Order: sequence, then structure tokens, then C-alpha cells
Amino acid sequence: MSRNEIPLWEVFIRPRNGLAHKHCGSVHAADEVMALQAARDVYTRRGEGVSIWVVPSASITASDPDQRAENFEPTASKIYRHPTFYEIPDEVGHM
Amino acid sequence: MTVERDQLLTFVLRMADDNLVLGHRLSEWCGHAPMLEEDLAMPNMALDLIGQARSLYQYAAEIEGNGRTEDDFAYLRREREYLNCLLVERPNGDFAHTMLRQFWFAAYLHPLWDAMQRSTDETLSGIAGKAVKEVAYHIRHAGEWVVRLGDGTEESAARMKAAVEALAPYLDELFQTDGLTETIAEAGIAPDPAALRPAFDRVVLPVFAEAGLDMPEAQWPQSGGRQGRHGEHMGYLLAELQHMQRTYPGASW
Repeated sequence: MSRNEIPLWEVFIRPRNGLAHKHCGSVHAADEVMALQAARDVYTRRGEGVSIWVVPSASITASDPDQRAENFEPTASKIYRHPTFYEIPDEVGHM
Repeated sequence: MTVERDQLLTFVLRMADDNLVLGHRLSEWCGHAPMLEEDLAMPNMALDLIGQARSLYQYAAEIEGNGRTEDDFAYLRREREYLNCLLVERPNGDFAHTMLRQFWFAAYLHPLWDAMQRSTDETLSGIAGKAVKEVAYHIRHAGEWVVRLGDGTEESAARMKAAVEALAPYLDELFQTDGLTETIAEAGIAPDPAALRPAFDRVVLPVFAEAGLDMPEAQWPQSGGRQGRHGEHMGYLLAELQHMQRTYPGASW
């Protein structure tokens, strides 16, 4: 079996309960069961997580880097979308 | 039923040596595995086993109580003093050999640790509690590979079949009972090895069925490891395992 036949999987780890799964890398594996095991062995060796998702890399639809300007630059001038203009009373504490 | 100190020591060393030797064998793959994912998976399992061996050697040192340490047991005994079963010292062979050896040994070790969580010996029941989870993963990981290789390509199926034939003679020894195991079982320290076989079969047979493999009948089962009689590969393994401690006694880093 040549290496090229082994599909790529994206790995998402949830570091602890209450947090979201976060992308942390990818593994090669023949199927989803082996992908989960490989992800466990490669990415959770130091207690990084309590849950793993694996997703076939081919199933991910990505934005086109060529459209970066039209996708993301228009937001740069809309600072009013950031909630930074409110006066927060001290009693509220950390938000 | 009381167990002599020497008997408990011998029993603990048998288990410790199994784990150390198989852990060492797996560590030989480090940097040589067929893919990066396995290059991490095998040392992970090796570290589980060596960790279990350490706990057992520390207990052995405590039982013996004459100043020998875990390192003395691991690194400074002669070949005949190692009491591991023959299966774990078998050379790695190809990836199929290594995964089958791992799968069979884990399927034997898991019910052993599982039962030992209720051992009358508190130190051993403590070690068992941690080890049983580690070994459960070894069964799963190696078992999935046995299925995929056995039921894979023509090449992988042939290699897995060859591994079954090559390792078959070393399977029976795992379940052999002797005077020591009887004493240990009567004292409630660990189950009789023969009693582990049904649990082993419950794990192994479905995987073999899925992999399209037949359980072998060994014509000439090999044994002797538990008495310190090893195969011709053991000396080379120990030479590599021991040479740092023998060359630089007490070295640390």
C-alpha cells in the first residue's frame, strides 16, 4: 500500500468540558476508527484533551485565498461592530 | 494461605519482565515505523508497559528488601534471571508480527490486570487500576490493525497469516499453570493463568473472525521463559537494553 492511498484527516480536540473542539492538526489513517486512534496517539500525549473529532480533510470546504480581500477587508472599517464603546460599571467586574 | 516472600517476588518479576521486554521490543520501532502516526503509537504503548514494569520492579525491590533497586532488576540481571514469557521477546519481524504479538499479549494481560484490581495484595491492586486502562487501549489499537491487515490486501493478509504461524508456538505458555501460579491464585493475589484463556478467547476470536484468520493449533508449543530459559534472540535484546548501565554504572541524565 503506498502512502498516497492513505487519506488525510483533520483533528479537533476539546481541551476540557465547556470549551469547543479546536483544530490542532491532521493525521493519515485508512478509516475513521484508525484516524481517531492516530489522533489520540499523536495529539493527546500530554493530557491535551477530553474529546476528539476527526473529519476527512476532503470534506472540508475552504474559503478561497484569492477572495481574501473581498471576504475579510470590508470588516476592517466597521469598528462599531466591536462592543468597545460601552461604559461598564466597576461592580460588573470582568466581562 | 500464606505466600513466601520469595514466591511473591518471583511472581512480581515474571510480570515485570514481561512488560519490560515487550516495552523494549516496541521501543525498537521508534524512528522506524511505517508511518508517523505509528511511530508515536508504538512508543506510547512501550511507555505504558515500561511504566508498569517500573511499578512492579519498585515493588520487587521492596519485597526483597536487601537494597537492590528497580534499575538493578531491569538492567543488571543475567539472562537466566529474567522470567518473561517467550512471546514478548520474539523479534519484531514486520509490522504484522509486531501488531499480532501486541494484540495477543494485551488480550492476555488485560483480564489479568482486571482481576488483580481485586488482588489481596494492595500494592498490586493499585498498579492494576492504572494498568488495566492502558492495556485496554493496546487491545483496541493492535486489534484494529490485525483486522485491517488480515482483511486487507493480498500482501497484508499473507503477512498477517505468516505472523500467526510464526507466533503460534508461544501462545500456550501465557496460560500455563505451575506450582507458583497455584500458590498465588490460592492466596487471591492473581488469577490462575489458565483461567484467563476464556477472556482471551472472547477478545481474540471475534477479531480473528473479522480479519479472516484462523486461530492456530501449535504442534510444538514452546515454554521455559518463566523458568529463565529463553530463545536465541534474548541475549541480543539484553545486550542493547543493558549496555548503558553496564558501561557507565549508575549513569543518570
